Amino acid sequence: MRTILFREALREAMSEEMRKDEKVFLMGEEVAEYNGAYKVSQGMLAEFGPKRVIDTPIAELGFTAIAVGAAQNGLRPIVEYMTWNFAVLALDQILNTASKMLAMSGGQVGCPIVFRGANGSAGQLGAQHSTAFESLYANIPGLKVISVSNPYDAKGLLKSAIIDNDPVVFMESEVMYGEKGEVPEETYYIPIGKADIKRPGKDVTIVSFNKMMKVALGAAEELAKEGIEAEVIDLRTIRPLDWYTILESVKKTNRLVIVEEQWPFASVSSEITYRIQKEGFDYLDAPIRRITSADAPMHYAPNLVAAYLPDVPRTVKLVKEVMYLKK
Amino acid sequence: MCTFLFPIFAAQNFRQVPTKFSKETYLYWYELMQLIRQFELKAEEKYKMAGKIRGFFHAYVGQEALAAGCMTATRQEDPFITAYRDHGWALAKGVTPNACMAELYGKATGAAKGKGGSMHFFGVKEYFFGGHGIVGAQIGTGAGLAFAEQYKGTDNVVLCFFGDGAARQGILHETFNMAMLWKLPVVFICENNNYAMGTSVERTSNVVDIYKLADAYEMPADMVDGMDPETVHDAVARAVKRAREKGGPTLLEMKTYRYKGHSISDPQKYRRKEELDEYKTKDPITFVTKAILDNKFATQEELDAIDARINEVVEESVRFAEESPWPDDSELLKDVYADENYQFIVD
Ligand SMILES: Cc1ncc(C[n+]2csc(CCOP(=O)(O)OP(=O)(O)O)c2C)c(N)n1
Ligand SMILES: [Mg+2]
Repeated sequence: MRTILFREALREAMSEEMRKDEKVFLMGEEVAEYNGAYKVSQGMLAEFGPKRVIDTPIAELGFTAIAVGAAQNGLRPIVEYMTWNFAVLALDQILNTASKMLAMSGGQVGCPIVFRGANGSAGQLGAQHSTAFESLYANIPGLKVISVSNPYDAKGLLKSAIIDNDPVVFMESEVMYGEKGEVPEETYYIPIGKADIKRPGKDVTIVSFNKMMKVALGAAEELAKEGIEAEVIDLRTIRPLDWYTILESVKKTNRLVIVEEQWPFASVSSEITYRIQKEGFDYLDAPIRRITSADAPMHYAPNLVAAYLPDVPRTVKLVKEVMYLKK
Repeated sequence: MCTFLFPIFAAQNFRQVPTKFSKETYLYWYELMQLIRQFELKAEEKYKMAGKIRGFFHAYVGQEALAAGCMTATRQEDPFITAYRDHGWALAKGVTPNACMAELYGKATGAAKGKGGSMHFFGVKEYFFGGHGIVGAQIGTGAGLAFAEQYKGTDNVVLCFFGDGAARQGILHETFNMAMLWKLPVVFICENNNYAMGTSVERTSNVVDIYKLADAYEMPADMVDGMDPETVHDAVARAVKRAREKGGPTLLEMKTYRYKGHSISDPQKYRRKEELDEYKTKDPITFVTKAILDNKFATQEELDAIDARINEVVEESVRFAEESPWPDDSELLKDVYADENYQFIVD
């Protein structure tokens, strides 16, 4: 199979859907003439023209409102945020308008829109550029939340997000745009709300998503050297949460560790933990454990970044704890 | 520690002179602008060649005349606040080159203990309220600083800086309205370097003269040549005087230019080299050098000696940064709450 870059997979998803449906357009800062702050939309202005690939001023609240209004009036906007940190300015429109439109109008008018962009930390960018927002958006009824870890999933899920009739929050990562992965030439869609077992195993279940999948898979690799077979599940969609897939795995492994970049309070792992202890209490041989980001803003210094984020050694150690292994 | 050769802040009366500037003022401008420029160039070198500095890095090179003119038109106690292009402002307010360089290196001795990095320099004891990373946010918080000065009954005036790109955020309008309504002692200074990343001003609005945005709120406003410290000084001095005398805010649009890309990683395909070269003919350091020599305020040898000294100060800041320790890992959960007994979630 051919391999393409993460950013190319995202671009293909948008371009294919835009070729199919005149109502789909892309809007955001630097998406057109600059070809995207992270080059996701490279060449799209040339193909689709300025009517459908639209540069905005730095005005997140305003252009999100315009896109939300356009979605209510028959269009299917894709809104790119340079990063999700800046989408906070638009949270009013996403939370108070987009997510509630269908409910408030008694089903008269929905909001088929995709909000997408880079999420989470990306090296030493300091406190204001490093927040991972999955749990925050997943808290909001009316939204669907996707967070992808590789080009194949990115393309298939972004295509599904664009044709979905509900507002979808779609999370990428600055540090993954340049990564390569296998993506078939043929058209495909990945259904929203389906987790994926990225590595089968029988001894312990590790659940993760977005770039923390690297930590989960890295830990599984390390554990394999010691004969421990971890099953690694990539959530891919945060809301709706595919807890059935996790439960099925836990029925087999009886142990669950969650690795995520969220802050710990009311995080994705909190929700998973609640669900699995409720639905799968009898299958658990150890408390469900997790590694999140530290309960703090991310600082700049490299050692503080390292201390803030989940990593492979801590994940390996935690897995051994839930397996009651010495050392 | 960098102490200026010409500590003009001792001479309280230079500010009363509107357009005719003293020898000390010119030499201070020269020194400050050279310090900022040499600091930035050295830091960029350490970023690119040595990989000692990471994250986003937005250089102030080209815009130094603003720092020069604003400094001589204000008092030390007048708070300054700006965005992420903040190195020049921190240095101008007197945060030491050592603390600034150490911050870029992420060291414990940095201006924010290595926690902020390039975008978040702070020096509250120098009345520098930081480097802020969310475009436009400090327009509002700058007005908040001014609200507090008014509330406390001081006659301090806040200088609140933001870019041309930031001028398109909605917060500008909400803030301008309230700042005028409450006559807050703040000078809003738009550093119009004509680009927000790769987007030129005329691609962001129908209104390309940003100072006109003040009209809707009947806020006094001016367009200013931001490459010339004399003009900057005069315009800021007028606005500061108005604010000190309870006359409320002013918007100053300063036309300036950044010689470097938006950040270190910017390939700058959106602008022509000639445009940059043209601005370089208006270089504020060249301008001030000429004024100094023409007026015989100093000889070229004396200026060379200042340069050499600044070079030494900047080199020393690198040594200081390199020798400084990293923050202790325990800093991870420090400075998050003022409450020292706060119970963090630790799994
Ligand atoms: C709310 C928000 N949106 C987007 C960004 C990304 N961003 C950082 S700087 C910048 C351009 C700002 O340009 P301008 O205000 O003109 O300041 P300059 O960089 O020229 O000093 C953008 C879009 C951000 N930091 N915050
Ligand atoms: Mg600008």
